[in-house]
Amino acid sequence: MSVTYLGMPPFPEAAETSTRDERLRGNLRHATRTIRNKRAGAVAELADWSALRTAGAQVKDRTLRHLDHYLEQLEASVTAAGGTVHWAVDAREANQIVTRLVRETGEREVVKVKSMATQEIGLNEALARAGISAYETDLAELIVQLGDDHPSHILVPAIHRNRGEIRDIFRKRMGRWGRPAPEGLSDRPAELAEAARLHLREKFLNAKVGISGANFMVAESGTLVVVESEGNGRMCLTLPETLISVVGIEKVVPTWRDLEVFLQLLPRSSTAERMNPYTSTWTGTTDSDGPRDFHLVLLDNGRTDTLADRVGRQTLRCIRCSACLNVCPVYERAGGHAYGSPYPGPIGAILTPQLDSMETGLDASLPYASSLCGACYEMCPVAIDIPEVLVHLRERVVQGGTATVRGQRTTVRPAKGHAAERAAMRAASWTFDHPRVLRTGEGFAARARRLMPRRLPGPGRAWTDTRDVPQVPAESFRDWWRRTRGPSASAPAGDSTTGADGTGQREDTR
Amino acid sequence: MRVALFVTCVNDALYPRTGQAVVTLLERLGVRVDFPEAQSCCGQPQFNTGYRHATEPLVHRYAAAFEGYDHIVVPSGSCAAMVRENYPRIGAKAAAEGRGGVLSAVAERMVPRTYELTEFLVDVLGVTDVGAYYPHTVTYHPTCHGLRMLGLGERPRMLLEQVKGLELRELEGAEECCGFGGTFAVKNAAVSSAMGADKARHIEESGAESVCTVDNSCLMHIGGTLSRAGSRVRPVHLAEILASTEESPL
Repeated sequence: MSVTYLGMPPFPEAAETSTRDERLRGNLRHATRTIRNKRAGAVAELADWSALRTAGAQVKDRTLRHLDHYLEQLEASVTAAGGTVHWAVDAREANQIVTRLVRETGEREVVKVKSMATQEIGLNEALARAGISAYETDLAELIVQLGDDHPSHILVPAIHRNRGEIRDIFRKRMGRWGRPAPEGLSDRPAELAEAARLHLREKFLNAKVGISGANFMVAESGTLVVVESEGNGRMCLTLPETLISVVGIEKVVPTWRDLEVFLQLLPRSSTAERMNPYTSTWTGTTDSDGPRDFHLVLLDNGRTDTLADRVGRQTLRCIRCSACLNVCPVYERAGGHAYGSPYPGPIGAILTPQLDSMETGLDASLPYASSLCGACYEMCPVAIDIPEVLVHLRERVVQGGTATVRGQRTTVRPAKGHAAERAAMRAASWTFDHPRVLRTGEGFAARARRLMPRRLPGPGRAWTDTRDVPQVPAESFRDWWRRTRGPSASAPAGDSTTGADGTGQREDTR
Repeated sequence: MRVALFVTCVNDALYPRTGQAVVTLLERLGVRVDFPEAQSCCGQPQFNTGYRHATEPLVHRYAAAFEGYDHIVVPSGSCAAMVRENYPRIGAKAAAEGRGGVLSAVAERMVPRTYELTEFLVDVLGVTDVGAYYPHTVTYHPTCHGLRMLGLGERPRMLLEQVKGLELRELEGAEECCGFGGTFAVKNAAVSSAMGADKARHIEESGAESVCTVDNSCLMHIGGTLSRAGSRVRPVHLAEILASTEESPL
């Protein structure tokens, strides 16, 4: 089961449509710039930000290196505290476990805390197929759910909607799910929030089962942590009798002390706050307080495969802050839906294809959804070198290689549809490895320069539709140097003898 | 001090004036510069598109062409970053694939000798006033790889500020990518063009006569976007501004 939504086209196709949507671009430009500027201020307040960032990356790396150990420690701690731990190898198994647990309670409705892991596995849809209604209680997730929509941002799932659209969705759809929107609802933010509050209050008070994810899990104590802004999470975590948390295995940290680093990094990077309004922590179950049953579903779903990849594994440091989305010029123009999964933006471009083992055409297009400008890496609070991983994954797309797929070392064949490009790239490398040929080619180009059309045919059209082509000069630099300085003083190296695929025979023969 | 120019393939074939400007500038500053003809392309287009294996012969070629030089000067932030950041990665991956450590050793040897032009001027030669003259308003776009991979920081601006007659104009959203991104420009043409259009608009709004960068590849995209829109703003590489003098103006 793929992390991407069914029927999504490759990124460039989706982005071609979405970049033309002026309203979407306006909404995104305004929202991302606002968060970005606030974040810069919140980060600038801390003199030790870069040390915190390094610490965050190191804690995550160390934990990931010994993930087996910390997960077993976590399981023991949660069990000792009265919780039950379940292991889910993939989305299907996680959905089966949660569905069974809800059924065992006899309930047909659950309330949900905003959670990326449950989005990733399509839990709401799986529960619906089993006749169970899952109600999203985060304001933005509510907007998305009522609108039969997909989230387009990790932190601000309804970032693509403006308040007029939100009012319309509330008016039309709230009644179908529960308490309808008040008569004469306007698009004033306070009124919209009040409408959501009244609608959700009913759900909180009636719910017997809550479902959440977690931002962190502490191995030493078995404590789970949810960081949020609206208080809906606190309601869902404390009021129901049964709490089920679905959490990716990479969310574990060894000790409470490690949380100190992340509880500074996360709010400042995501909402640009010094501290988020609600930080809920719970450890198993407690008599006469909170849920009586607690289940933790530990989700793999491609994470162990990702961990096996030396370059790609840094992706698992991600704390889902979305700073990379807010600074990404590609995300700002294309919008979150073009990425075709719950994980949009730069992090989605590396996380989705890895969790999916690059199975779909969309997966293979995502590593190319970047100009490699590096703004994401600069912003990332756990220093994920997203451009490095993007290029690494591009290799897997066009060159193939080895990767771990469902636990097995597998030889990956290059994706289809790159034959012409591969031939062109090899030809380019061959030409560049034979300067005499290169010089002849430049000479031809210079002589034909007056014949260059303003609009190119074939793949060149993608350039000339919006941009002029540069004029080819009468003389290359190489020829100018020869004409004015004579042949180079240093002995010119001859043309290469290696093949253009350059698979490195040189190392063996030297 | 043996100094070589790595002109880069884009400058060689499309912007020879930039290479000529580097030669003029360095000779004016008393530096004798060679152009080893065995050089070609750093391999960035192949590498960044995913064709790492096709890049390997070009790593060898770069190393062979520039062996024996103390300083290799590159009038491109992006190509310099390719050598400095990605050559070691290419070497490390070849070693990890069981093909020996030669490529890795070759790559590592080239890293400390490779300088982007403004690094060479400011850090090695220790100059910011190069005696240039360019009586125009200019806005500066810091290209991404120079800005974030090399960390050029204020070097280009320090050089521009000393140019006689030049008036710097601030560029809104200067540090945002222009949308070129190599093959990204054609693989994701819609997004690339949208980014280019915004960059071009900000350049127009700066009121400058020229837009300047340390990368002609980005400038090809920015200039192509500007000229298609009928703009009169002139795209110009920093080296050409620095080479310009009162006796021999650009």
